[in-house]
Amino acid sequence: MRYAVRVEVRLRDGIADPEGATIERSLPALGFDGVSEVRVGKSIRFVLDADSEESALGEVDDLCRRFLTNPVIEDATISIEAAEVLQ
Amino acid sequence: MSTRVGIVLFPGSNCELDVAEAVRSLGGDAEILWHDEPSLRGVDVVVLPGGFAHGDYLRPGAIARFSPVMEKVVAFAEAGGPVVGICNGFQVLTEAGMLPGALQKNAGLKFVCQMAQLRVESVDSVLTAGLTVGDIVKMPINHFEGNYTCSEQTLTRLRSNDQVILRYVGNPNGSLDDIAGICNEGRNVVGLMPHPERASHELLGSLDGVPLLRSLLAPATPGCADPLSG
Repeated sequence: MRYAVRVEVRLRDGIADPEGATIERSLPALGFDGVSEVRVGKSIRFVLDADSEESALGEVDDLCRRFLTNPVIEDATISIEAAEVLQ
Repeated sequence: MSTRVGIVLFPGSNCELDVAEAVRSLGGDAEILWHDEPSLRGVDVVVLPGGFAHGDYLRPGAIARFSPVMEKVVAFAEAGGPVVGICNGFQVLTEAGMLPGALQKNAGLKFVCQMAQLRVESVDSVLTAGLTVGDIVKMPINHFEGNYTCSEQTLTRLRSNDQVILRYVGNPNGSLDDIAGICNEGRNVVGLMPHPERASHELLGSLDGVPLLRSLLAPATPGCADPLSG
């Protein structure tokens, strides 16, 4: 099976997010009031071949812990769905 | 015989020649080791220099740790060999799990490029053996992600094992506990954000990096892994 995977990497609470802070500070100047807690993360998408959704999830989880995130400063949310077969 | 220093060149490193120049000016032999090399060529010391290894893609150091040479660097360090990561090299060492914690983005939202004052906190490491605790030294810093952070338990362990070797005087980047440099428990792996190689000549505005580099060039010191030395 092919699975479409999306990994959202976020900085953990308490970790400096200069990009988010800068965006937040610039919003009032553009007339957008009331926006707070802006956080900037990364979205990583890929397609994975795996036997089942469960094994795909296990592999992506491992990939996140060992490479896509630095667990000292980052968390990840994983979404997986069966990819459409294009051929 | 001169101490042979292997300086790992990753694609995107940019301080390797500065380190080589400083090492040679102090009588050491410097060799550049391409990151794809399967061997450390028998060098006595390994330095991971500053720069932007692999473009800092994903995170600084995240991809460099998978460079083929890193397997050899890990084995070299496990055998007690001296390994020093400067700036981006420090980031590589934390990503590789050779040093605890991580370097997050500077607290002040700014890339910092300035001379920093540092207090020597421990002389029990391959890089600070020739200094005195309490010495104030001046070395340049030049980074965006130099804000050291770690868990509370890790910080407690770093403190109780005397693994913090350098602290900032006047914290420039938000680093936890003013940490500018740490070593591992074996005291042979050191990471620091300041650049001793850029404080190695009068023309550079400081000579304070010289005693650190000299400590590294001192004849191989297995004593640094001495279990009696705390």
